[in-house]
Amino acid sequence: MARSDMHRQRRGRNYALGGFLLLLVFIFFVVTIVKMKGAA
Amino acid sequence: MTDITVRNEAAPLGAAGVSEATAADFFALLKPRVMSLVVFTALVGLVAAPGGIHPAIAAVALFFIALGAGASGAMNMWWDADIDARMARTASRPVPAGRVTPGEALGFGLALSVFAVSCMGLLVNLASAAILAFTIFFYVVVYSMWLKRRTPQNIVIGGAAGAFPPMIGWAAVTGGVDLGSIALFAIIFLWTPPHFWALSLVKAGEYAKVGVPMLPVVAGGAETRRQIVLYSWLLVASTTAPLALDLGGVAYGLAAAVLGAVFLVLAHLLKRRPSDRAAMRLFGFSILYLFLLFAVLLGEALARGL
Repeated sequence: MARSDMHRQRRGRNYALGGFLLLLVFIFFVVTIVKMKGAA
Repeated sequence: MTDITVRNEAAPLGAAGVSEATAADFFALLKPRVMSLVVFTALVGLVAAPGGIHPAIAAVALFFIALGAGASGAMNMWWDADIDARMARTASRPVPAGRVTPGEALGFGLALSVFAVSCMGLLVNLASAAILAFTIFFYVVVYSMWLKRRTPQNIVIGGAAGAFPPMIGWAAVTGGVDLGSIALFAIIFLWTPPHFWALSLVKAGEYAKVGVPMLPVVAGGAETRRQIVLYSWLLVASTTAPLALDLGGVAYGLAAAVLGAVFLVLAHLLKRRPSDRAAMRLFGFSILYLFLLFAVLLGEALARGL
């Protein structure tokens, strides 16, 4: 496999992982807000 | 342990010793089509359950149920890579096709499982997390590792794994298990054998080739068709439970009766005039059957909440 192809694939995986981590940050933020409102 | 080592040795790596798997390959490990059915049935359990849940928490619960289901799919692909490689239907999956190493699939599945169950417990409730953990264990260890290659009853007992998602959705709302969620579980549990046996009647040759003792391989087509009819009647009988428990109303009753009648006709036709076409017709309809039955249940539950 050409080095540029390998880099492209790894970049794709890194973007996917980054997107997943951002989604988790959003989920934890939303759940925190919901639970805080519920406790208030 | 030896088994895992052998599988890893066969794994292809790129020139730099780095896996060539793409993000799409990892996504395929999650069995997205199965995942979508799991999310749908879990949604029905979640909406049909008595009580309320914040929409954001409900969405989070569905997300982690999907993640847990996907994780078990990845571990199933790791375990079954040897037989997947020899069956036309599964040969292009990421592990047998050599795009993902077995070690990656196992690590990915294990990490996602622990993560999904932990988040479910932290963000939703412990009951739903416990059932999600048990579902993953049941699918990977009880079905994939233990039953699938040992008994023709693999699909009957293993089918429970696919029947748990509405129970998880229900537990996310109520924090427990009760008759309503058991009724939804029973419908999917009894639906699985006729659904899967209809397909395995057509694919019996492939299962025989890889040594998986599916019922048509071990007991023959006639016995499989007889059992399909038997389980179809049990399935249709089980669909009356939501009526008795007030989960379903008039629309559900009508849908259950009409769809159940068609299911029984197709099952009996398969028994009387066996053919691949009749088997595939029942297989195709069984998917539509479960989808429509649960969609009506969902629609009625939503209408009640308005």
